[in-house]
Amino acid sequence: MGSIELKSVRKAFGSVNVINNVDLKVEDGEFTVFVGPSGCGKSTLLRLIAGLEDVTSGQILIDGKDATNIGPAKRGLSMVFQSYALYPHMSVRGNIAFALKMANQPKDVIEQKVKKAAGILNLTDYLDRKPRQLSGGQRQRVAIGRAIVREPKAFLFDEPLSNLDAALRVQMRLEIGDLHHSLKTTMIYVTHDQVEAMTMADKIVVLNKGTVAQIGSPLELYNKPNGLFVASFIGSPTMNLVTGPSAAKRGAATIGVRPEHVDLSTTSGEWPARVRLAEHLGSDTFVHVEADDIGPMTIRLEGEAVNAPGQRVFVTPQEARIHRFDKEGHRINP
Amino acid sequence: MALKQTTSRRVGMTAAAWLAAFLIFFPILWMFLTSFKSEADAYAIPPKFLFFHWTTENYAEVQSRADYFLHAYNSIVLSVGANVAGLILAIPAAWSMAFAPSKRTKDLLMWMLSTKMMPASGVFMAVYFLFLQAHLLDSRWGVGFLLMMTNLPILVWMLYTYFKEIPVDILEAARMDGASLANEIIYVLTPMSVPGIASTMLLSVILSWNEAFWTLNLTNVNAAPLTNMIASFSSPEGDFWALLSAASVLAIAPILILGWFSQKQLVRGLTFGAVK
Repeated sequence: MGSIELKSVRKAFGSVNVINNVDLKVEDGEFTVFVGPSGCGKSTLLRLIAGLEDVTSGQILIDGKDATNIGPAKRGLSMVFQSYALYPHMSVRGNIAFALKMANQPKDVIEQKVKKAAGILNLTDYLDRKPRQLSGGQRQRVAIGRAIVREPKAFLFDEPLSNLDAALRVQMRLEIGDLHHSLKTTMIYVTHDQVEAMTMADKIVVLNKGTVAQIGSPLELYNKPNGLFVASFIGSPTMNLVTGPSAAKRGAATIGVRPEHVDLSTTSGEWPARVRLAEHLGSDTFVHVEADDIGPMTIRLEGEAVNAPGQRVFVTPQEARIHRFDKEGHRINP
Repeated sequence: MALKQTTSRRVGMTAAAWLAAFLIFFPILWMFLTSFKSEADAYAIPPKFLFFHWTTENYAEVQSRADYFLHAYNSIVLSVGANVAGLILAIPAAWSMAFAPSKRTKDLLMWMLSTKMMPASGVFMAVYFLFLQAHLLDSRWGVGFLLMMTNLPILVWMLYTYFKEIPVDILEAARMDGASLANEIIYVLTPMSVPGIASTMLLSVILSWNEAFWTLNLTNVNAAPLTNMIASFSSPEGDFWALLSAASVLAIAPILILGWFSQKQLVRGLTFGAVK
């Protein structure tokens, strides 16, 4: 069991409000990702759930019980830190066993659980090493091992992959996903990387300036962003936003269309434009154009495209894929 | 910075290092040599360096006039005892200042430092009468307590600066792992700051070891440390350099040995945080 509920949680540092009235429910067994630009309060929100920071007002319920005034040691949650925060003076075994030792578990039980965790995480050969003798990926595994042995109600991950190189990050992303499938424990994962959010989450919470911008599944956020902020934050490359006559014609202040939902033609189309640069990724080509009267736009074409800088082209949005937003930036539903 | 390591430069640097070390060490060497001279040789002009009649009679004389082992015992008990007790108070204090600071933490630290700026003689009368009333004159407990109090600001300050270097994430990880505050300090913070604690302790032990003002004024025989013993060998009958040197060698011997064994920790502690 491990449901977590926040009720109008507010956190202020001095006179600065970092978290504003956040209401949120994380169901048992769910993989929830907090995502947002830096400074949006996502790490603070996680630390409030962990109990490492005190809430200014509001309530935090864990398994339906009020945990607002319970210290981090007693909440039954595990956390994996961005810096790993391993105990440098202890061996890998000591690091993983620490929580069990603190819980006064018998020695043979500790040894057995440490062995099991080390087996899951491929750390069996490294149990007697110190953290400084391990690579980044291995340190990350020790941090996860330390979190799983105590069988917590929920795991909290604070940007755990941001110190790893790109290839290792993809691999660890899969491992964490596998771990979630086998343990079926609630996980809350903080990241600023929307690709991580999209690939891992059951549910994404997009945060902006200390408030919840939108909550939904990855595809809900992709297909139905409720406002300009989520529309431009989710998706890579970012959504093209167009104001002016083209938007007014469609009954909106701003329209948005994703780079993959735009057609490019050399002969005719809605927006005449000039090609600035084509980025060839092999599987895709990102064509950056400067549309007349509109400004820069990005078009994603499948496969290899031959567009040279300076070329005149025409850009046309796929009508069914257009997102419309009003003056305040809210979504207008058809 | 890749200075070219030529042989001549290395020889030059080594020679300069030895010369600097010799100059710094010379007074101690001279005291050591003088302690084996007769009084006449100790006063000889030009000074005799190595070629004189070596004698151990000064050491015998020191032991016959004062109970060296009692004073050495007192010095050890006072300086080590005062600092172990001080650390037990200073570690939690420095923890709270480094990891859970309040608005007044800076002021508190400055206030603690300011107590070191007041001359000891300024509070001497008050302390003396307190000790007199409490029957603490010439007691190890009394003077030990006082030494602990005088060193406490230095202990807290030094530990505070070492603790500031420790990433708070690691302590938070311990909290998430279910460690109580006491366990967090005992199993995580203290082992991680061993170099810092060791150099703090060594510095503070040396300060207590050298303390003369309070020990001369508040102790007489039973609780008197080595500083009192040395003082008793100066003035009254004029200066006996050889005898005084022998007493001084005996007084610094324990601390030299302690320093020798802890120099590795000390150097690591003093440069802690310089290189990550």
